[in-house]
Amino acid sequence: MNVKDKVFEIIAEQAVLEPSDVTMDSTLDDLGIDSLGLVESIFAIEEAFDISIPFNANEPSESDFDISSVASIVAGIEKLIAEQHD
Amino acid sequence: MAQGMKRVVITGAGTINAIGHNVAETLEGFREGRCGIGPLDFPDVERLSIRIGGQVRGYDAEARFNRQQLALYDRFTQFTLLAVREAVAQSGLSFDGELAARSGVVLGNSGGGMTTLDANYRSVYEEGKNRVHPFVVPKLMNNAAASHVSMEFNLKGPSFTVSTACASSNHAMSQAFQMVHGGMAPVMVTGGSESMLCFGGVKAWEGLRVMSKDACRPFSANRNGMVQGEGAAVFVFEDYDHAKKRGAEILAEVVGFAMSSDAADIVMPSKNGAARAIRGAMMDARINPEEVGYINAHGTGTAANDKTECAAVADVFGAHADRLMISSTKSMHGHLIGGTGAVELLACVMALRDGVIAPTIGYEEPDPECALDVVPNEAREARVEVALSNAFAFGGLNAVLALRKV
Repeated sequence: MNVKDKVFEIIAEQAVLEPSDVTMDSTLDDLGIDSLGLVESIFAIEEAFDISIPFNANEPSESDFDISSVASIVAGIEKLIAEQHD
Repeated sequence: MAQGMKRVVITGAGTINAIGHNVAETLEGFREGRCGIGPLDFPDVERLSIRIGGQVRGYDAEARFNRQQLALYDRFTQFTLLAVREAVAQSGLSFDGELAARSGVVLGNSGGGMTTLDANYRSVYEEGKNRVHPFVVPKLMNNAAASHVSMEFNLKGPSFTVSTACASSNHAMSQAFQMVHGGMAPVMVTGGSESMLCFGGVKAWEGLRVMSKDACRPFSANRNGMVQGEGAAVFVFEDYDHAKKRGAEILAEVVGFAMSSDAADIVMPSKNGAARAIRGAMMDARINPEEVGYINAHGTGTAANDKTECAAVADVFGAHADRLMISSTKSMHGHLIGGTGAVELLACVMALRDGVIAPTIGYEEPDPECALDVVPNEAREARVEVALSNAFAFGGLNAVLALRKV
């Protein structure tokens, strides 16, 4: 399973939706994922890809991980995998 | 009764414990003298020397809660919510407007989310993982159950958790009583819960060498220790006038309570501290010792507690100590620590309402140091007007509640 499909699966599970309901343009708000749902998603992503995501719930916009859309999340994960799995 | 003070009645009850998943099953268990204690079933139990307990069996968490709820609810919170759902349903109350704004929830609990803590310590220490689920803290905090109850039932008044080891529930219910009695809240949801039956939880208790390897036999000369249980029990305490006005069914009246501190030893109980709490509860409730027909004992089945408790009762009641009945239902459901007083209050309600006294099961040999009518092994029919419920905690913190038949 590629990164995108796995992220869709994780986010869909968190939002209690089907992966087919998630698109690259979706935002977490659109999907109804609140702040607790976000930290749970980040945990699931870290577990799934064995990466460490720099994210502080106190200042999400300051974190070096862009959560503004599903596309930015997927891109961020791909970058972290490349950096952390060398 | 002091002017302006409200009478406090119980209009709902709920429970889940080793002998029943609701009040009806639990009272049936009390009547049958059914033992809910058996072999423990959880990971690494083979590394324990104590392998029995009053576990809640046949419980399917996924049938009662959805996935998101389960991610946030430790077992002690799940048990609490199930008990509250039953109690509130029986009361017929729904909380909105002024009633919601003034009503709250006070619960007893000692170990918090012990199974959550245990599983996550195992994962980081034993399995060497470096990451834990983000909800570990909101799951394990002692007030998690009270908070989720407030959210599910829209209780917006005073809510908190009381932690006084084995007396937590009785202290919590005393607080709830006081709030309704004093007019601060028209309704309080109160009781307690505990779920420490996991490897780390039982291992810690093993260390004290007060646990029995085979059975909980309170007051019996051959008793050899306590047995842990788990679960919850919750009651709806309501202002009598409020309950009467809406035609609610009243299960019993809470007439008083007292708390005392031994100020002596961190684990050994004191006859004097226990006696002061029992006497204080009767004074607070303005009842004569002769009116007390039944006492639900703390009755842990340890050598120290049972003889100290019996001596305290003999001291307080004098000749009447030989006429009243005193039993320990821990012999059936085990010791629920922070939740135990709440489950045991059900036996007091049953005595007052149904005229059935729950037995002390596992009673095999009389002990001259516990020479009271402990209702051995079989439930008994008797008319009781007033019942007391004792709780004497580690740390010497005691709380006794007094209930009257309505």
